Amino acid sequence: MKPEYKIISDLIEKNAKVLDVGCDDGTLMEFLKINKDVNIRGIEISKEKVQTCIAKGLTVIEGNAELDLKQFPNDSFEYVVLGQTLQAFINPEIVIKELLRVGNRAIVTIPNFGHWKVRLSLLFKGTMPITSSLPHDWYNTPNIHMCTIKDFVRFSKIINFKIFKSLALINQNVSDINNSNLIFKNLFGELGIFLIEK
Amino acid sequence: MNLKQNIKKLIVEKPLKLDCGQIIVNFPLAYETYGTLNHEKDNAILVFHALTGDQFVTGINPVTKKDGWWSYVVGSGKSIDTDKYFVICANVIGGCMGSFGPGHENPKTKKIYGTDFPVITINDMVNAQINLLDFFGIKKLFSVVGGSMGGMQVLQFISNFPDKTKTVIPIACTSSHSAQNIAFNELGRQAIAADHNWLDGNYNSKNILPDKGLAVARMAAHITYLSKKGLQEKFGRKLQERDDLKFGFDADFQIESYLRYQGSVFVDRFDANSYLYITRAMDYFDLVKQFNGNLSEAFKNTKAKFFIISFTSDWLYPTQENKDIVIALNAVGANVGFVEIESDKGHDSFLLNVPDFLKALKNFLDKSYAEKLS
Repeated sequence: MKPEYKIISDLIEKNAKVLDVGCDDGTLMEFLKINKDVNIRGIEISKEKVQTCIAKGLTVIEGNAELDLKQFPNDSFEYVVLGQTLQAFINPEIVIKELLRVGNRAIVTIPNFGHWKVRLSLLFKGTMPITSSLPHDWYNTPNIHMCTIKDFVRFSKIINFKIFKSLALINQNVSDINNSNLIFKNLFGELGIFLIEK
Repeated sequence: MNLKQNIKKLIVEKPLKLDCGQIIVNFPLAYETYGTLNHEKDNAILVFHALTGDQFVTGINPVTKKDGWWSYVVGSGKSIDTDKYFVICANVIGGCMGSFGPGHENPKTKKIYGTDFPVITINDMVNAQINLLDFFGIKKLFSVVGGSMGGMQVLQFISNFPDKTKTVIPIACTSSHSAQNIAFNELGRQAIAADHNWLDGNYNSKNILPDKGLAVARMAAHITYLSKKGLQEKFGRKLQERDDLKFGFDADFQIESYLRYQGSVFVDRFDANSYLYITRAMDYFDLVKQFNGNLSEAFKNTKAKFFIISFTSDWLYPTQENKDIVIALNAVGANVGFVEIESDKGHDSFLLNVPDFLKALKNFLDKSYAEKLS
């Protein structure tokens, strides 16, 4: 289980209606069901992973978040979760807007491209960084829109959504991100976790 | 026909008003069951058959002596596990395996109905079958399942009876027959009508059968159940028991021989007039129109859990038409899961040994049953 699942779970109220976009093998869905007794649905693009979810008794729709979120009416869910996939979309702006249309709030996690290991890797090796959370080569990565924690904070101002809570994951420890520590968290945070609103 | 004497039948005494306006009463509904209804009566699954299916879902069909049409899916330890669930399937009205159909005698004229039989709809089929719940004393089914026309009945069922089942599984189907669907059905009907033996539907009185027309109808339909890739891989341009082309019109190619065989065995087990009536019912099916253009309205009153399944190579009821049902369900916040199964076996995939399909269906049913849904 990924370390951020506990943090995501803490951001969600009990019995809420939740959509997990890109729900993978349903690990987070199961965790939220057990811990928060949520009414949860998932969307997943991989047929194999949809099968895994079905085998776990989870309600999942095979689909592409970029195309298939539009079928949900406004405010269908209290929370929409997008875990480490924003960078894989062709148009992250549309996806964020769709998340906030479908849900009252969204929880978005991003692997931080501003992490010092990433920066050093590019600086010293001169090749595209490969880390444990970004294991692909440049030519086969699904991650076409990498961003940093700082980029995401700027993004909120550009496309106009509110960041209700922002957290950084550093060595499995979670801490708040604020204006005064942003530069620091952007250097040491492995993952940014954002609770956002319209 | 003697083999049909032993078929289980429920005589439905309650009058049923058909969509065409006629009222039928005291009509037979032929059915079969598999497995055991448990004490709580919460393990019943109603299976709906497709165009040419019947109530003999699995095991050896006692009439045709062939495997039941869903033998891959239903049985001990299978996706629909008869060790666990009580499976009920009825022959649709309009059919030819014991239920009230055009081959029955009209009590008023003492003649076989033929085309005097009322035109029936998917709605009529479902409204006839709901009587089975009372008959078995089942308040709520665990599931309704069906592929193709069976899936249409599933959709109509949940729309008519939103609290009569806990789970709903429409497979490889559509909420509204497309122009292409209607066109293929019309081709089949015209093939039957063009057979001299059809006699405007009165062939029974002359003891003859429009078997050539019915065989052609089946051949044409059969092509629509397969995919181009599947056909190419299975038959390609392979020749039938010959080394070279014969420069004639015998079946040179294996695919020709295969289709002719499919046509010839079909006429032994199916009635031409039933084929007309059932294809008509499919063509008339338009759940979208029933709800004034808003399919979501069909599902707004149900708390049931849905699972929609489509197949990649099904061009008769393609994935998008199945997805339209998912979209309509999501629009009313229904509990719906969906998967498209990779298969090159075309529309027929739901009847065949497609492991991913069998696995998904089994997992969905067993996990849902364990949840003890209300």
